[in-house]
Amino acid sequence: MTLSTPQLRDGYRMMLLARAFDRKCEELFQQGIIRGSLHMCIGQEATGAGAALALRDDDILITNYRGHGHALSKGISPRAAMAEMLGRATGCCKGKGGSMHWTDVKKGIMPANAIVGAGLPTVVGCALAGQLDGLDRVAVTFFGDGASNQGTAHEAMNLASIWKVPAIYICENNLYSEMTPISKTAPNKDLAERAAAYHIPAEVVDGNDIEAMFDAVCRAVTRGRQGGGPSFIEAKTYRVVGHMIGDSQIYRSKDEVEEWRTQRDPIMRAGAKLIERGLTAAELEAIQTSVDATITDAVQFAKDSPYPDVREVYVDVFAEPIPA
Amino acid sequence: MRELTYSQALREALIEEMDRDRNIILMGEDIGVYGGLFKVTDGLMARFGEARVRETPITESGFIGAAVGLAMCGKHPMAELMFMDFAWVAADQLFNQACKMRQMSGGQVQVPLVVRTQQGGGRGNAAQHSQSLEAHFAHIPGMKIVLPSTPADAKGLLKQAFREQDPVIFIEHKLLYNTKGDVPEHMDPIPFGEATVKRAGTNVTIVSYSRTVLHALEAAETLATQGISAEVIDLRTIYPLDMATVLRSVKKTNRAVVAHESHRNSGFGAELASRITEQAFTSLDAPVERVGALDVPIPYSQPLESATLPSPDWIVAAARKTLYKA
Ligand SMILES: Cc1ncc(C[n+]2csc(CCOP(=O)(O)OP(=O)(O)O)c2C)c(N)n1
Ligand SMILES: [Mg+2]
Repeated sequence: MTLSTPQLRDGYRMMLLARAFDRKCEELFQQGIIRGSLHMCIGQEATGAGAALALRDDDILITNYRGHGHALSKGISPRAAMAEMLGRATGCCKGKGGSMHWTDVKKGIMPANAIVGAGLPTVVGCALAGQLDGLDRVAVTFFGDGASNQGTAHEAMNLASIWKVPAIYICENNLYSEMTPISKTAPNKDLAERAAAYHIPAEVVDGNDIEAMFDAVCRAVTRGRQGGGPSFIEAKTYRVVGHMIGDSQIYRSKDEVEEWRTQRDPIMRAGAKLIERGLTAAELEAIQTSVDATITDAVQFAKDSPYPDVREVYVDVFAEPIPA
Repeated sequence: MRELTYSQALREALIEEMDRDRNIILMGEDIGVYGGLFKVTDGLMARFGEARVRETPITESGFIGAAVGLAMCGKHPMAELMFMDFAWVAADQLFNQACKMRQMSGGQVQVPLVVRTQQGGGRGNAAQHSQSLEAHFAHIPGMKIVLPSTPADAKGLLKQAFREQDPVIFIEHKLLYNTKGDVPEHMDPIPFGEATVKRAGTNVTIVSYSRTVLHALEAAETLATQGISAEVIDLRTIYPLDMATVLRSVKKTNRAVVAHESHRNSGFGAELASRITEQAFTSLDAPVERVGALDVPIPYSQPLESATLPSPDWIVAAARKTLYKA
């Protein structure tokens, strides 16, 4: 037990926010208000919250298309994030990136990536930049079990290791890459074994336990800040929703999903811990109420915001627009 | 004036830029102790240290990806891609990452990355080490594309590459490294998007870049002996593209040949021909002629390779065709 009660409460709020945000997005997607892609992180909220509690604002985060929870926990503005989902000018990427590329440089949030496995090499450079400047900042990237099969993952871990950069690799092993179970795509029992091949200290943690996540990330952060090089954390977790909206989920049993949803839910577990530590049910309810208000406000803000002017299409491609 | 080789000019640019900007970090295969396959980074590791001149494993996606991360975090990396043909190994990092970060983030991050590489045939390196791939880069918005033909241009344009705040693909030609040319002691950066007229002429305009400019100049000599006056334009950068210089010339000569070493089919010459036709249609007295490599993988054997890659003769023939001369 290393999280103080106020920290655990903050983490609980982060997780509720991530879940409420994605649920709201699902609703807006079904109404046709959000377009394109939506990959919810429902059931996996503890990975981002646990990590965020261990990180500073100047630490770098590169997440992926399933990264709403990570970015919200690291401090992206819910208003700017929701406006981005609605393609508005006030969005965190001015409406140009959508669900999969949220960015907030002031919070250390570099563009999220929609190419599976692409963030792993990039984060080497982010970590190296800090190292060259003599900073004690770390750079974290989240990726899935499926991404750990990409060549870039292996190239990047090798580079991070020989250059001893403070990169933290957090593999969210949710047992499936899209519709394919991990048992069909990797021979390893634990994907953390892969890091050992590159001499990167690795651990396997219960990714649905916010405290276990926090502890593991703290160890990795300490190693990184002290010049000990990269770390790898395999977070065992589960998405209790489909890969994307409309996923029939015929590749797994309802019982399996129900078991994770009702027995191993990270929010439920953190709530129980808070109750054990003396918070009342009413206090937890108040956190939920405040999160709901944040979401309502974010949606209202997004809906009230204008779409980008179409002349914006030529802006932000190069530092200065180049005539066609 | 001083004569330098193309390699020496590039090396000088790197040294001057690295002296000027501490954020410039070089990385690539064998660029340290060995000084690079073409000696462009010779002695730079000793001079600037291993932190700034980084030898990488053979991991093109890995180190170009790392360079993208460095660039996003305030550094100005130069990643050396040993052969252009390997760009596809790192294609995601180049095209989906470097080219798109600024736009996807709504302008919050930028990727001031210089990728230096060399391309082209003529040395018997066969199909996987001889290609010219600039058209692939031109098709994807987000990167500036430089193809210098002389030592002085190589130096001035490379200096400019490090002043840019966007990704730059800096494409050298393997048969240019030992070519010599005047390079002033002091050189300012050469702005991108400014073509040069290498030879003035009145009957036909030959538009080219990289090593094919040397072919174009040779062709112009031959054409002169046949009573045809050719104007030769070296684009130097194809993105940004200096169409104004091209159009000014074509409006004077009323005829154009576009020439490059990359394959003719869907080559950058097709884009040039199309733009010339769109923007100077009424000035044209003949269709724009395109010169490019045959559309086959580049073969090894000398006679086969020579038959595949454009030579000055091809440009002469194309120019004569625009004048309806057999
Ligand atoms: C290079 C690439 N290949 C395929 C896809 C399509 N795709 C998107 S998510 C995904 C599954 C990735 O699984 P995993 O890494 O386990 O992450 P998860 O979605 O489970 O969080 C796939 C195949 C992609 N976006 N990029
Ligand atoms: Mg997965």
